[in-house]
Amino acid sequence: MPPYVVKDKCDGCKGKEEPLCEQICIGDLMTLNPDTGKAYCRSLRDCWDCMSCTKICPKGAIEQRIPYQLGYHGAKLIPMMGTDSITWTCVDINGKVERFSFRTRNKK
Amino acid sequence: MTQKIPKSLNDIPTEVIETDLLIIGGGNSGCFVAIEAKEKNPKLDVTIMEKAHIDRSGALAAGMDAINTYIGEGETPETIVAWSRAQVGGGPLREDLALSNARILNQCVESLEKWGVPFNKDEKGRYKKRGRFDVSIRGEQLKPIIAEKTKSYQPRILNRVAATNLLKDGDRVIGATGFGIRDGKFYVVKAKATVVSTGGAAGLYRSATNDGTTSHHQMWMNPFNVGSGYAMGIRAGAEFTLMEQRWCATRVKDFCGPVDTISVGYKAKMINAKGELILQTRYGHLGGDTAPRYIRANAPMGEWSEGRGPTFVDTRHLSPDQVKDLKIDYLNERPTYVLFLAARGQDPAKEPLEIYGSDPYIVGGHTASGYWVDVDRMATLPGLFAAGECAGGMPNKFVGGCAAEGVLAARGTVKYISGMGHGNLDQNQVAAEKERIFSPLLRGATMEAKYTVPAGQDPRSQYDGVTPEEMEERLQRLMDEYAGGVGQFFKCNEEQLDYALKHISLMKNQINKLFATGLHDLVLVHDVIDRLDVAEVVAMHLKERKESRWPGWQTRTDYPEVNPKLDCFINSRKNLKTGELEMLKRPYEQVLPGDRTKAPSPIPLSAEKA
Repeated sequence: MPPYVVKDKCDGCKGKEEPLCEQICIGDLMTLNPDTGKAYCRSLRDCWDCMSCTKICPKGAIEQRIPYQLGYHGAKLIPMMGTDSITWTCVDINGKVERFSFRTRNKK
Repeated sequence: MTQKIPKSLNDIPTEVIETDLLIIGGGNSGCFVAIEAKEKNPKLDVTIMEKAHIDRSGALAAGMDAINTYIGEGETPETIVAWSRAQVGGGPLREDLALSNARILNQCVESLEKWGVPFNKDEKGRYKKRGRFDVSIRGEQLKPIIAEKTKSYQPRILNRVAATNLLKDGDRVIGATGFGIRDGKFYVVKAKATVVSTGGAAGLYRSATNDGTTSHHQMWMNPFNVGSGYAMGIRAGAEFTLMEQRWCATRVKDFCGPVDTISVGYKAKMINAKGELILQTRYGHLGGDTAPRYIRANAPMGEWSEGRGPTFVDTRHLSPDQVKDLKIDYLNERPTYVLFLAARGQDPAKEPLEIYGSDPYIVGGHTASGYWVDVDRMATLPGLFAAGECAGGMPNKFVGGCAAEGVLAARGTVKYISGMGHGNLDQNQVAAEKERIFSPLLRGATMEAKYTVPAGQDPRSQYDGVTPEEMEERLQRLMDEYAGGVGQFFKCNEEQLDYALKHISLMKNQINKLFATGLHDLVLVHDVIDRLDVAEVVAMHLKERKESRWPGWQTRTDYPEVNPKLDCFINSRKNLKTGELEMLKRPYEQVLPGDRTKAPSPIPLSAEKA
């Protein structure tokens, strides 16, 4: 269930010692290519699809894709993180769009 | 970060840390250990050693949509323990541990809400029930919230440090070693007490969805929970229990995600290819809808093996609003299942959702595998405590129960530490461990290329050695075929287990062929070494239980019946003098009276899980 980094959106979290996706990845998979200054997943096979990297990316540069062996091409699932809520947009292979918004933290 | 690869052991810096309490694994239960220890004694020096980053590490990384154990109105600690006992067919289980856990369970669950986790409520403002003991939450931020609370107590947090072995002074555990996944340092952490709270063991068996390509980790449990917590204890000579009680579950097919969300939350029943209700039609004599958990977990694979697959949970009664709620539940726990449905163009209200068996996991927060502990959660080695998936003997803990185990282990350590000094480091052990950890990396750094490598191929294939992925896949294939994986419908016999053990031993003899070309590779090397140790113990336990007590979780084709003489715990420990694994039995002690196979009534049907 690998994450793909869109090269035109990723800026490698300039100024940070490590990009946020590298800091958070539970499998030590996201890392920075020093030549391009952009992040990538070093082993697509090993991702668990927890989407921590996708959620934390400030540029919305990471797309999660179902391996083709299991699901067909073109579906999208995009999180937009708020401080205490999240909105997800899902597009299926037929172009049908669904949105889901809900609270993720109690109000302080 | 660019990593400098050392060429010799002398190039590797050693970081020595002295602490009062070392917690290995900063997931749910490990964080609860830290919080409770600091609450009990704010002056305590507490260190968390964490392989990933505590903000998202562990089984809760992707989120959670329910807390599966909460004692609601009309229920008591006794009724939840009796229910848990019935779920595992009457045990054996450690009822003393389960009762002590149940008595503090609710306060742990309620603290999550206080810290900020949204709980769904019913019309009376109570936690909204999903089943008899499970309540529904919006847990996308569950782990970040637990981590924030933990950090507010300012423990020392060693993120990206992988634990490798326990340090010992005689029998007493006096800390642990590890290596920095980013800084490449050798860590020696001396502690007055040590809690092992890593996750369980995933990836011992091949997953049914693993094509060896981009879906290698398409599995239910966090695949980076490799069983290191168990492996360290096995190597240190601690005693383990019920390692044969594997968690083999029904999961959504081709995704291997949770299914309770649908079957419990939306009352979707299991059906087979012919549209028959599986539990009622085929398992009525074992209790149908209220059969023990392992029966229900095994039912879909039973249908497949008898030619009645595919199998489904029937969601065709759901309204559009319910489908939306169902997807929101998944977005809180395993968001990509919503993506999976989109990638199939599938509407659950029109087509039922396919289900299949998972690969078997050793997860003591779910079944009862793990360290043999006392009521303070101290293992058989003094100074060593276990929590969460590591603590054995008590099944059905889940998120709430693992948190409670963390609290209980913390109280145990605080009691133990009082008046206790540090042990003496054995410098020979420390030096040998440094060499054990880093020699695969030094091998990788000093190997000469032997073979040509086509462009685009793994550069490691130019070296004459074994990569950790190769050994991992060999182990997973072996365990699936010879130790009752999903590919064999969870069944095995004596000859298969002997074969598995023989080949585990062949791999162990080739550990010195493993090489790493960087620190990430080195993590994978130690992951597979730890998995080998756990897999060997699992196979030995499966051999020892010559009966079929929990079909699916543990099925012996050569001993298909329950043997009343084995109504006991099967335990093991490594004899450190001979290196042999010694098997022993410990009696089951019933604390709560009554029929062990029945949960006290009433059990509403909605309590059932598939």
